[in-house]
Amino acid sequence: MQKMLHIDPAKCTGCLSCEMACSYENYGVFATAKSRIKVFDFHHTGRKVPYTCTQCDEAWCLHACPVEAITVDKVTGAKVVNETTCVGCKVCTIACPFGTINYVQETGKVQKCDLCGGEPACAEACPTAAITFIDANWTGLSKMQQWADKLGNQPAAA
Amino acid sequence: MAWAGKILRVNLTAGTCKAEPLNMTWARQYLGSRGLGSKYLVEEVDPKVDPLSPDNKIIWATGPLTGTMASTGGRYTVITKGPLTGAIACSNSGGYWGAELKAAGWDMIIFEGKSPQPAYLYINDDVAELRDASHLWGKSVWQTEEILKTSLQDPLLRISSIGRAGENQVLFACVVNDLHRAAGRSGVGAVAGSKNLKAIAVRGTKGVGNVRDPKAFMAATRAAKKVLADNAVTGQGLPKYGTQVLMNVINEIGALPTRNHRDVQFEGAKDISAEAMLTPRPADGKTHLVTNQACFGCTIACGRISKIDETHFSVQNKPQYWGASGGLEYEAAWALGAANGVNDLEALQYANLICNEHGMDPISFGATVGAVMELYEIGVLTKEQIGIEAPFGSARALCELADMTANGIGFGKEIGLGSKRLCEKYGHPELSMSVKGQEFPAYDSRGIQGMGLAYATSNRGACHLRGYTVASEVLGIPVKTDPLTTEGKPELVKAFQDATAAFDSAGICIFTSFAWTLADVAPQVAAACGEEFTVEELERIGERIWNLERTFNNAAGFTAKDDSLPARLLTEPAKTGPAKGLVNKLPEMLPKYYQVRGWDSEGRPTPETLARLDLG
Repeated sequence: MQKMLHIDPAKCTGCLSCEMACSYENYGVFATAKSRIKVFDFHHTGRKVPYTCTQCDEAWCLHACPVEAITVDKVTGAKVVNETTCVGCKVCTIACPFGTINYVQETGKVQKCDLCGGEPACAEACPTAAITFIDANWTGLSKMQQWADKLGNQPAAA
Repeated sequence: MAWAGKILRVNLTAGTCKAEPLNMTWARQYLGSRGLGSKYLVEEVDPKVDPLSPDNKIIWATGPLTGTMASTGGRYTVITKGPLTGAIACSNSGGYWGAELKAAGWDMIIFEGKSPQPAYLYINDDVAELRDASHLWGKSVWQTEEILKTSLQDPLLRISSIGRAGENQVLFACVVNDLHRAAGRSGVGAVAGSKNLKAIAVRGTKGVGNVRDPKAFMAATRAAKKVLADNAVTGQGLPKYGTQVLMNVINEIGALPTRNHRDVQFEGAKDISAEAMLTPRPADGKTHLVTNQACFGCTIACGRISKIDETHFSVQNKPQYWGASGGLEYEAAWALGAANGVNDLEALQYANLICNEHGMDPISFGATVGAVMELYEIGVLTKEQIGIEAPFGSARALCELADMTANGIGFGKEIGLGSKRLCEKYGHPELSMSVKGQEFPAYDSRGIQGMGLAYATSNRGACHLRGYTVASEVLGIPVKTDPLTTEGKPELVKAFQDATAAFDSAGICIFTSFAWTLADVAPQVAAACGEEFTVEELERIGERIWNLERTFNNAAGFTAKDDSLPARLLTEPAKTGPAKGLVNKLPEMLPKYYQVRGWDSEGRPTPETLARLDLG
């Protein structure tokens, strides 16, 4: 079963635990500036929205890479940057419609979410379950459940 | 070792920025943030200095856990000699700014002197430079943040700044970061204003990568987060209701100071409570509260984000206030509401927005308005003097006075002096509900006896964040004590004061202490900083910090007679509620407290006490 990161912005409090967990997992440092997941704070509405790579099946970044530095992890389905191959040309950063692959000045390579090899640190660190790692075929399950509950509470049609 | 090991010294007079190594001996003795910043201040500033003169210094300081994955590890403090009190001032804030400074590789910033023209400090990791802020002077906190992010083309900047209140040297002006988190009390913003220091814009990309034992640290922080999640207050009450969960509780027990402490229960409490914020309002069918919000690294998320009723008189034709914004928290709701007898929730939110926008402490502002309303009611102040009719309960007066005070208009200038100076000026010093010049927060010490002692002896004047015995006396944390008696309170106050100093200095939020004791904090600090940081060591550090602050205040001229309460609380019994008939029995507690502290009868630490705490 393949899993994916599922994000429920309504549950996000903006604590940035996910960003710290990401940077710690990948660089051994608590540094939100190095995180591959970002939380956006829309202060006029009060909404906080975590955002990261959704691991497209037909990934723009992967197809755009001229040196085939981005490959698919067969187990997790993640699109993974091979740092030894990456030449830092940044074409993938242009190709990605979502902005979730970015250049890192310090290494001269690009970085993106790789699902931490199947145990995403962001989801583990999220205190409110705004970020979960669930069955890729059933990301709509909790919404279905909520609506089913609502429907079940309606009086039966006459 | 979790500390960045580097501090920034900014001489505003000369316009220079200089990096210095952190004094690691002091770091181990005072931990960070409140304690360590206070140590630098005490070493470098004459206690008798005029707080608003260039000779005073002002320090922004983080703690060792700031910027780490410890829950609530995003705090910083602003430390200076306070203009409202003349005592040491140390105000703590959350949001994201503190973690950003730490991530840039700095433990603290010390500002000295006075800039010849408005200036702001720009930090990008190792780069630190003073820049011209002429274009920011006169701008609000919110505008300042917007202008800096836009003009520097960096939306990830974090800003800590003062608004017009700080520029105008309102004596309870605060420093605000991330739009609505504030280093709120004692007028630290006025000190920044007196130095022509408008803002600090920080971008930090380095992070914190030097905790001593990362594996142990992650295990300790994870275990501590579970304690917070499993606790009824930090796991359920605070995220759902915020600190406002207290409004009805404190009113019930007869300790909600009302109409300048004339009463201890407010008939309108339910209208301004957490429950009211969650109830759809008639005007638009929406609830006041939009969502909760966490500060950096916080797994509690008590912050309130609300939307004001757009049809309310205070914001008609003012769309800049219609968006979601910070508030109401309990202290602000009390000070702007019960303290003035105002039960209009939207008016309180408006006054709160003005406080955030222009950088004013809503506690001291609201409480000073309470004193003004009493002076109005007894005929000492008139409508002509104030500029508006100001009886208790007037939401219009509250909103108008907020605008006037923030902008330094008319009678607002006098409110900006705080209640002590204002009441003295009009011949009624007894009507200032303050200690050492700083107004009380939201707990009446006739109904919670220990708080009277905590207020009287707080090193920054009346304050709930220096020894929150409400936890024990009302909520039963860690053990229930009787709020109406004085027995055991000197020991209780000391224990809370010392522990609080340790929590504050670690760089975490004191609200964790609803669930955590130092036994939860010690493993995190030990894993981050060094094995020597046991519970006992943290208690010792806390006591050392308390005595350090005290020696500064004593040298500044404070004596035992300043460890007191207004006559109203000592002689006018509570009229209703469980505390009916009671006054605060401070005289029963104070001598014992001095004894427990190892101080002489004049409230001075004895040579033995100083030596025991390495302060000799």
